[in-house]
Amino acid sequence: MREGMFRNISGCAISGIFSKSGKRFSGKSIIDSIAVMHERSNGLGGGFAAYGIYPEYKDYYAFHIFYESKSAKKECEEFIEEHFDIINLSKIPTRKVPAIKDEPLIWRYFVTPLPTKLADSQLDDKEFVVKCVFRINTRIDGAYVFSSGKNMGVFKAVGFPEDVGRFYRLEEYEGYCFTAHGRYPTNTPGWWGGAHPFSLLDYTVVHNGEISSYDANRRTIEMYGYKCTLKTDTEVIAYIFDYLHRKIGLTLKEICSVIAAPFWSTIESKPQKEREELEYLRNAFASLLITGPFSIIVGFEGGMMALNDRLKLRSMVCGEKDDMFYAASEEAAIRVIQNDLDRIWSPRGGEGVIVTLEGGKA
Amino acid sequence: MDLRACELGYQALNEKIRNTDEDVVIYDCYGERFIGSGASNKTITINGTPGNALGAYLDGATIVVNGNAQDATGDTMNDGKIIINGNAGDALGYAMRGGKIFVKGYAGYRTGIHMKEYKDKKPVIVVGGSTGSFLGEYLAGGLIIVLGLDTDSFPTGYFTGVGMHGGEIFIRSSKAPKNLPKQVSASVANKDDIKGIEDILAEFSDLFGVSMEEILGKTFYLLTPNARNPYKQLYTEN
Repeated sequence: MREGMFRNISGCAISGIFSKSGKRFSGKSIIDSIAVMHERSNGLGGGFAAYGIYPEYKDYYAFHIFYESKSAKKECEEFIEEHFDIINLSKIPTRKVPAIKDEPLIWRYFVTPLPTKLADSQLDDKEFVVKCVFRINTRIDGAYVFSSGKNMGVFKAVGFPEDVGRFYRLEEYEGYCFTAHGRYPTNTPGWWGGAHPFSLLDYTVVHNGEISSYDANRRTIEMYGYKCTLKTDTEVIAYIFDYLHRKIGLTLKEICSVIAAPFWSTIESKPQKEREELEYLRNAFASLLITGPFSIIVGFEGGMMALNDRLKLRSMVCGEKDDMFYAASEEAAIRVIQNDLDRIWSPRGGEGVIVTLEGGKA
Repeated sequence: MDLRACELGYQALNEKIRNTDEDVVIYDCYGERFIGSGASNKTITINGTPGNALGAYLDGATIVVNGNAQDATGDTMNDGKIIINGNAGDALGYAMRGGKIFVKGYAGYRTGIHMKEYKDKKPVIVVGGSTGSFLGEYLAGGLIIVLGLDTDSFPTGYFTGVGMHGGEIFIRSSKAPKNLPKQVSASVANKDDIKGIEDILAEFSDLFGVSMEEILGKTFYLLTPNARNPYKQLYTEN
């Protein structure tokens, strides 16, 4: 069974934890947080993004790859060897969990582009990596790169998120940021590639909601060389962030005003300078406006952002304690890991809450 | 009866609440859903963070939350009282048709949407702080009071009362409302208007220890449906 073969109806759960001082902590707390929202998922997908987990390989791209067969693995490894120096490769460590079944082969590669190939391509190294990831995902049948950033990784599967966390031994990793997703697929059955987070380079997105504008967004982003291969709406958000942030160079706040643009009536009520900026962003990137209900947590190198759709049709609560920042679909998911909060609040629709490492850039 | 919510899970917890005539005190509550749904004739006190749909279809019971409530509290509530010594999430009192909800702090988006009244059934929501956008959207009946005790700005978001065609919204603020939708008329509440809500304000004052003097220390604006300019559309014209 694959995405797109039938439609079924129903929420999702998201959670994120970020240490602004860059202090690394175990993945156990993100599992505890997402587990509280068990009822928001139905066992058809769970996943995590973890940042700062590979300090010993921080200068290398970490590819996490699902293989459906040994032949897919062989073909994919030949491609990787042709284009990259492989510094290290291994199976991703997992443990047997009764609830997680039918796992594909799950491998991890730390790589750096081959200098000659990179020079020939006339691309910068990030663009080179993106091209290679899309090449594998679209041309090699049964191989799927689901994580491709530096010093970070995505871990996802079909199952409840707390089982997925135990399956990947997430508590053994330490990082400065974790995000999580519990899936309740609304349009399609779940499969391993279709679990959240969706990622490209170091951008990851976990999403609760349903994008009404998906096809308009997909058509637009595919014009810029991105390929939506997973038949699920969240994928397009990851590519929109990569396009607007890495390629166009918009700030995250500006991106919020593109994808969750205020109504024209709200824009009209703003002071002139702000109004002109909002009008520009809404006009220049009209086709990247995301309509329909969503709450998302976006992870990226050195930062994290929580954002609701402009009508706030999904829930999102943020909390702070000392250098720690929390965001989740429900307050209980924050309270269960930190009950003594300095501040707790619900951001307005369209108002991104952005946290970055102290002294870092975003 | 004392219950530890996180040990029981929401199904067993709600079963125990349903099967007792005693008052219930809940501890260690972390997002357990549907607490007290449909309940009558008892008091349920919750220490912690109750989950979504707290007191849905409530039918006469009293629920006291020592903490913050999440989304959809008092959904389609028929009778009784919900007292929140903290904040409330989105869609508070959604489609409520009777009873009272008091919130000490702020409430989220879509507070009191689709509320309705019939004869002696008149739902009431009082929010001590501010609220998010879409306050009283599609309001068909009942009473919503927003006190804005936590702000000097106008204490609601955008699109207040969009599609409103019945009921009353009182908003306490030193600033006049701006950008209200055309189907809402706003006026400064007069003495008679205030007299009509005095008992409810006194109840809020007693519950949360805020003096009547402070509550009445600012202007109240009264929002009612504008019969000459009925609701048309919001979503398709953007």
